[in-house]
Amino acid sequence: MRLQLGPSHPATHGTVRITLDLEGEKIVDADVQVGYLHRGFEKECETGYYYQNIPYTDRLNYSSPILCNIAYCMAVEKLSGIEISERCRYVRVIAGELSRIADHLLCVGATSMGLAAMTPFLYLVEARELVWDLLDALCGSRVTTNYIRIGGVSADLPEGFPVFCRQKLDGVAKLLEDSDKLLTDNPIFRERMEGTGALAATELIAYGVTGPLLRAAGMPLDLRRVEPYLAYDRLDFEVPIGEHGDNLDRYLVRMEEIRQSRRMVLQCLEQIPRGPVDTEDPRFRWPGKSRVFNHMEELIDQFKLVVEDSGLMPPAECYFAIEGANGEIGFYLVSDGTGKPYKCRCRAPSFSNMQPLARMIIGRRLADIIPTFDMINMIGGECDR
Amino acid sequence: MSVNSHMPTDSSVTSPLIATVLSKLGDLVVERYRERGDERIHVARENIVIVAQQLRDTPDLSFDMLLDVTAIDYLGQPDGFQIKPQVWDKNSSAWRRIQQSRHRLMLPDRGPLSRFTVVYHLFSTSLVHRLRIKCRVPECDPNIPSVTPVWTGANWLERETYDLYGIHFTGHPDLRRIYLYDEFVGHPLRKDYGKHDEQPIQEYLGPGAHLPRRPLPERSE
Repeated sequence: MRLQLGPSHPATHGTVRITLDLEGEKIVDADVQVGYLHRGFEKECETGYYYQNIPYTDRLNYSSPILCNIAYCMAVEKLSGIEISERCRYVRVIAGELSRIADHLLCVGATSMGLAAMTPFLYLVEARELVWDLLDALCGSRVTTNYIRIGGVSADLPEGFPVFCRQKLDGVAKLLEDSDKLLTDNPIFRERMEGTGALAATELIAYGVTGPLLRAAGMPLDLRRVEPYLAYDRLDFEVPIGEHGDNLDRYLVRMEEIRQSRRMVLQCLEQIPRGPVDTEDPRFRWPGKSRVFNHMEELIDQFKLVVEDSGLMPPAECYFAIEGANGEIGFYLVSDGTGKPYKCRCRAPSFSNMQPLARMIIGRRLADIIPTFDMINMIGGECDR
Repeated sequence: MSVNSHMPTDSSVTSPLIATVLSKLGDLVVERYRERGDERIHVARENIVIVAQQLRDTPDLSFDMLLDVTAIDYLGQPDGFQIKPQVWDKNSSAWRRIQQSRHRLMLPDRGPLSRFTVVYHLFSTSLVHRLRIKCRVPECDPNIPSVTPVWTGANWLERETYDLYGIHFTGHPDLRRIYLYDEFVGHPLRKDYGKHDEQPIQEYLGPGAHLPRRPLPERSE
């Protein structure tokens, strides 16, 4: 029997269609079709200035937008060769790890709801709400943050943020432990997760899969550890790995990563130095708002930075990648020396991670698709760009 | 790290990685560059599969992961290609850029009859190093051998490049469009496809297209 799962099926959040050939409940063939959310991200970026493209990167992975912001801005910084301040590194780590926590919370929550466990979903979404409160305090918006700037961030940490952050993260930890108790030893949850969707690490590597999926298969590859960027080389954290590479291991890896991210944020709040948060480089430093509104020179400066093609980017190309919530998110930028990228390519983890889905579900039962698809955590905006 | 100290490309510095690549591949590497700390090599497109196999199977390199496949469209290069102004958005940055900075455009990539450059990003999970491979593809014959036999993950990445740039990967097991629908006309990431170009939804020609459509019920209002 041929069955179309999706594109608008409650379980295929992110709009994906899977054409299934079934024999009874067994899947004999599957064709995964993505692209329902294709919006021409790369085309759009080629016609916008480097600054104007930052909000677009929010819309790639809308559950951890700050990580996309960081990847894009750091790629531009690598291309233009500017250094960021020490304080900025820590602020970015804090914002990025909060974003990662929110992403993992949503992934685990949606999986539990897909497996008919409603209560943990509500707990985890409540925890995500606490993280969103923190992001709201940081950048004034909850979902599409647009927080990171080239050479800095849009605003420094607000007054009293460390206390607020510790308080909210304690709330997150409590809700996480409650959900952990409800899920991890739950026989129904375990039966759906254990042994389903498993794929060996060598095969995942051949597919280009990175992130928690690969780590759950026992491969300790985390760019924060192997190619440290920002301030990760100064932080004490562990890279959790799984053993079997099945959905249960993926779930456990994500749960542990939330705890490790919380640890990292708390360490950053201890270690963060004082100082400027923006770069001193006049090509990218935005003048302060009070000066922009009151002084002619700064007004021109800001106008030229934001609106006009200032042509300050050297003709060059570079690739820069960071560890996103779902794997390696990288930007490949080609500049021809003008203010707009000649090519702006996003290497999206969801796209590569979706590719082995057919391989994971063929020969399995129909019901195994739900936990496997959920643990891959395909984000439509990022996969389809 | 200041901007002025950066030459666009610098091939004088030889890192251990590039030394190994050169000793393994020898004459297959046409050019090599080190730029912003990224290593990149250029190879001829007919050699891409053998190069890919060597890079994956040599123990000192072991590039076991293909991160990304994409292409760059260098439209308007002095290779005889005729720009069609009527399909261009005159206000588009690409148009203006080509007019303004023709002489600056990526000098090392220019070559006769090579409008496209296919770019591969490789990563080694065991040795943690990266390499970029570039292959020039002319517009008159946009074909390049598929590297799907070497890395399984190339399948969707090459489908995407085919969809958006119209480059055919010969030997690909399943070369279909991946984002757009099969009947879509043109390849939107090409520089001669204007950003604001529109086209009506093309008629469906796939399986079952001959079947009569049920008319929509008329609304009472």
